[in-house]
Amino acid sequence: MRVNFTVNGRQQEADDVWEGESLLYVLRERMGLPGSKNACEQGECGSCTVRLDGVPVCACLVAAGQVEGREVVTVEGLADYAKHREDAHPGGGCAAGSCGTTLDAAKRWQSRPTDGQAGEAAPLSPIQQAFIDAGAVQCGFCTPGLLVAADELLENTPSPSDQDIREALSGNLCRCTGYEKILDAVRLAAARQEEAVQS
Amino acid sequence: MDFLRPASWEEALAAKAEHPTAVPIAGGTDVMVEINFDHRRPEYLLDLNRIGELSEWEVGQESVRLGASVPYSSIMEHLRAELPGLALASHTVASPQIRNRGGVGGNLGTASPAGDAHPALLAADCEVEAESVRGTRLIPIDAFYTGVKRNALEPDELIRAVHIRKADGPQQYSKVGTRNAMVIAVCAFGIALHPETRTVRTGIGSAAPTPVRAKAAEDFLNAALEEGGFWENGKIITPAIAKQFAALASGACNPIDDVRGTAKYRRHAVGIMARRTLGWTWEQYRGAGRTLEGAA
Repeated sequence: MRVNFTVNGRQQEADDVWEGESLLYVLRERMGLPGSKNACEQGECGSCTVRLDGVPVCACLVAAGQVEGREVVTVEGLADYAKHREDAHPGGGCAAGSCGTTLDAAKRWQSRPTDGQAGEAAPLSPIQQAFIDAGAVQCGFCTPGLLVAADELLENTPSPSDQDIREALSGNLCRCTGYEKILDAVRLAAARQEEAVQS
Repeated sequence: MDFLRPASWEEALAAKAEHPTAVPIAGGTDVMVEINFDHRRPEYLLDLNRIGELSEWEVGQESVRLGASVPYSSIMEHLRAELPGLALASHTVASPQIRNRGGVGGNLGTASPAGDAHPALLAADCEVEAESVRGTRLIPIDAFYTGVKRNALEPDELIRAVHIRKADGPQQYSKVGTRNAMVIAVCAFGIALHPETRTVRTGIGSAAPTPVRAKAAEDFLNAALEEGGFWENGKIITPAIAKQFAALASGACNPIDDVRGTAKYRRHAVGIMARRTLGWTWEQYRGAGRTLEGAA
């Protein structure tokens, strides 16, 4: 079957989709967007977390046919999504219409942080920069899902308590870090966001 | 496999009548796991996401009519006052990502003894609105669970909504697991005080082939509370009554040994949860003006 939906703000079409296929498979294997990771395929690990009409979900548990006409944001579009939220829709998000990231740009998207080593910096979302600055990335496999979940938390809860952060990230497993640096990263991003609002 | 995408409830009923083997999919948090792992290859998937009314609820005089696909996150956020036990249970479901997709209709459709909503539904008392092209019927929750992962639905029926009695007293929910998130219940216990009818109802999860009420424990407690005038005098329930209530709740279990826990442990834990949740709810009942909302 054919599925039409919006990915990172741009209309996309997937053909020859098997009826039992997951959104995760379509993103990774048909659209060339491997940022959302495939690990447990049963909603236990959160590494495939994407926004579906703004709501964080496990892409492995959404049937491809269910996203017809709906809006998906993946980690590849997160930087543009966050920038757009800041510029055009302060305080809210937007995944539709002419805003967004082309599929080609999303496929080529790489993290190029301002760490002085990577040459010219590409814009990162604040949560991505905070993960780097706090040293919250080890093997990196869980990172995309955590970024999408954490970004949504900061969108809706600008000054989260530690309890809020733990709750928001409770569906994302990390087997390397012991979570402390990840919590630090979210606290850092929240603090920077607060500073930006105040100044 | 065929993917059926009805745009309305009527279309969904027609599709289910035409293809009774079609597997309804809403949040997908059960169905997709089975498909991903090749445990199930349904001939037809019946997508219910396009039917907006399934994600809506109405708060009536006596009950809340909860659409089958209202996600757990909405129950936690919007229905804590009306359905405190179910809101607490919803908060124990998996993770935020799963709670954003899954709902009570799926829990009932799957009818796993470990489904988190069941003990709260049994304790609050509710009716399941099942519909087919032949008509609508309301199935009392006490008659809904018929076996391990079996329910009273006919092959052509779909769950449209659940009519849950609004709380008229404190409700609590307790679940045993290895951590706070992403846990299938080792066992679970729900309790609801119904001061208007001077009754207490309970629900036990993951400790019998189906979700069950601890009826003997309820009968004992109802009689003891009546006899001691507890509903009127608001006194602390005596330890002897609480102990007997716990023992009878434990006795209502018919558990198995499995990877999550032994039968012996489950019996023991259900007794402990029964005593504790009775204590919590009774303290809420005695404390004048204290909120009826769950702590979720």
